[in-house]
Amino acid sequence: MTTTTANDMGAPAAADEAPGFRQGNHQGAVRACDTTGLPVCLTAQLFIKLNAVLAVVFLLVGGVAALLVALTRWPSVHLLSAEWYYRTLTLHGLNMLIFWIIFMEIGILYFVGTTLLNSRLGSKALAWVSLVLMLAGALIVNATVLIGKADVLMTSYVPIQAHWAFYLGVILFAVGALVGVINFFVTLYIARRDRTYVGSVPLVVFGATAAAIIATVTLLHGAVVMIPTFTWAVGWTDQPDAAWYRLVWWGLGHQSQQINVCAMVSVWYLMGTLTTGSKPLNQAVCRGAFVLYILFINLASAHHLLVDPGVSAGWKIWNTSYAMYLAVAASMIHGFTVPASVEVAMRRKGFNKGLFGWLFAAPWGNPGFSAFFFSLVIFGFLGGITGVTLGTQQINIIAHNTLRIPGHFHTTVVGGTSLAFMGLAYYVVPLVFQKEYPAKALARIQPFIFAAGITIMAVAMSLAGSAGVPRRHWDIEFTGAQFSAGFDASAHLMMGFVGIGGTVAFTGLLIFLLLTVWAVFLGRSNAGKPMEQWAANAATVIQREHLTDHDEHKTPGTMVLVLLLLASFAVYYFANWKALADAWHVR
Amino acid sequence: MSHQIPADDWFKAPSGGERLWIGLALAWCLILTLMMPYWHFKGKQNSTGEAYRVAPADFAERVNRFVAANTVGEDKGVAVVAPPPGTDVYLQAQMWRWYPVLKLKRNQTYRVHISSLDLNHGFSLQPLNMNFQVIPGYDHVLTLTPTSSGDFSIICNEFCGIGHHLMAGKIIVED
Repeated sequence: MTTTTANDMGAPAAADEAPGFRQGNHQGAVRACDTTGLPVCLTAQLFIKLNAVLAVVFLLVGGVAALLVALTRWPSVHLLSAEWYYRTLTLHGLNMLIFWIIFMEIGILYFVGTTLLNSRLGSKALAWVSLVLMLAGALIVNATVLIGKADVLMTSYVPIQAHWAFYLGVILFAVGALVGVINFFVTLYIARRDRTYVGSVPLVVFGATAAAIIATVTLLHGAVVMIPTFTWAVGWTDQPDAAWYRLVWWGLGHQSQQINVCAMVSVWYLMGTLTTGSKPLNQAVCRGAFVLYILFINLASAHHLLVDPGVSAGWKIWNTSYAMYLAVAASMIHGFTVPASVEVAMRRKGFNKGLFGWLFAAPWGNPGFSAFFFSLVIFGFLGGITGVTLGTQQINIIAHNTLRIPGHFHTTVVGGTSLAFMGLAYYVVPLVFQKEYPAKALARIQPFIFAAGITIMAVAMSLAGSAGVPRRHWDIEFTGAQFSAGFDASAHLMMGFVGIGGTVAFTGLLIFLLLTVWAVFLGRSNAGKPMEQWAANAATVIQREHLTDHDEHKTPGTMVLVLLLLASFAVYYFANWKALADAWHVR
Repeated sequence: MSHQIPADDWFKAPSGGERLWIGLALAWCLILTLMMPYWHFKGKQNSTGEAYRVAPADFAERVNRFVAANTVGEDKGVAVVAPPPGTDVYLQAQMWRWYPVLKLKRNQTYRVHISSLDLNHGFSLQPLNMNFQVIPGYDHVLTLTPTSSGDFSIICNEFCGIGHHLMAGKIIVED
């Protein structure tokens, strides 16, 4: 509302209607951040810390499993036995895609709901319930997998059956996550009720809310599919239909990746601000794009059923395109607005040389920035382009269940979400844990190592998959099979690169884990003073934002980048149609 | 700043480069959308999802009848079956084999019925890299026209237990 607008009392808007923070509702349990001055609810801080620590523990479990899986698929190493390969792969999927990411996301929800809205956490009791259920669920699942009672892979497609404890663990974890999400909604409500702020919620809170809404729908799908599977495993009910299971399970499985997308994009906006002082060019556009996620992303279950029996072509086309690719449009919009806002911030600081002077001058020595920007580029150029192409109904015929699929999602979930969350950690540890990272030089190169490793691995997976190499497969030589099968030398070479890239990525992950654990438990406290800047580079100083007057509509560098994206997209997309046209005729 | 409460006038129409990009993105999404129905009319490779419910035992019986009627030989102890072009063909997936070996003619069309007797399996034809899902309880019908000849392998690309990597079958296409 502007100063000339009357408020609903008929009087001119008073100063207390101006957007911003008001009296908090913390009742003393609050501290002012020594770096940003933002209010930190101490209850929320406790649970942010607990969730973050558990997230990192499960990241370690999933990471060790990742290395073992990569070393098994590297043909000349072929480390694990078949039994332990599938077991480790099950462990890897669940710990990475579910436990690490969702623990982290609940922590993020608690942070943005409290600090950015000047509020206390909704309920301490709910936070404990959530934490205990999630932890119990994760431990039960991991224990069941490790003792060999759940060699069913993450998807556990019925009629393959795990011990009932496995499904129970998944249900407990999902309920715990749902309780955490509800606690976030309660926090939003009490902040509004107690008028801790006036105006619209910040963009990052808006994005996190979108993630929370998608999470609710996702977790309800989880309940619908996992409860009858659990009762079947116990022996109380009949087996759920195998095709029905796939449809509803992917309502959980794919949509949980959309929570990640939504949370990751929110983190991009936050990291852009924290590392370069960027601000959204047009809040309506950014928020509108989040609304598109909420409205259309829930159709994505279809991506896994494109060559399934029993679902019609019309159903497949409508749902795989999220109505009309409106969620893809949303990602393309964020893919512009995020770098464009960084470009404007940098140009205003005087880094105005040529098309990309702003990008070269960006704070690459700040791992928060490099992790965020690599995440953006890997997600857009590799994850987005491959995802839309593989999810095209007919093109899926030459992609379904090949290594192209994990090649795709390791660039969205790992190179995208996980890397963005690592960048966030480089700020969470100093600001929330109030501990400084040791060996900052090592931290500065960590995102480069991780991004390089995951890119090599994912591209190699994609190429091997294009040659037909299946995902989730122990021996592509088919030693001992009734009929000979196998792949040519180039596919084997690519599998070597999968192993090498995976090892490099694991090295990057290990550096992150060691530094973070060291910082949290043994790091130097920075309580009472601002966090040490990651980069002395002038680019990171937020206060210098208005040094020069740059027109915020002029973002030529970003325009060139997105046009390059569109061109790469078109080439890859139509090259796949061309490849499909060479296949046998089928309908 | 993205983490702060915005000024009240945040609701604005996009402008400049942002507006141009939104237009381009929506236009591209429209092309992506139209390609799929277009290919159903003009393209030769489509997954229609044609399927019928079938009990695994019934499907096994149909496979056995099909094999008994059309067997022309044996390969590594497995029946090689050469059905007349244009007829119904049956392919059975189970842990961990594809049955039987099919002998087809190039440029002839067959209705290939695929189902599983136990778990989910993945029909993956190599080196063409054509992939379809096989689900127990569902007779998945592919109306298939081989357009190249030679020996092709069928591998399983849906995890189906410890012997998953042993599951390989064969299709022979003759000119």
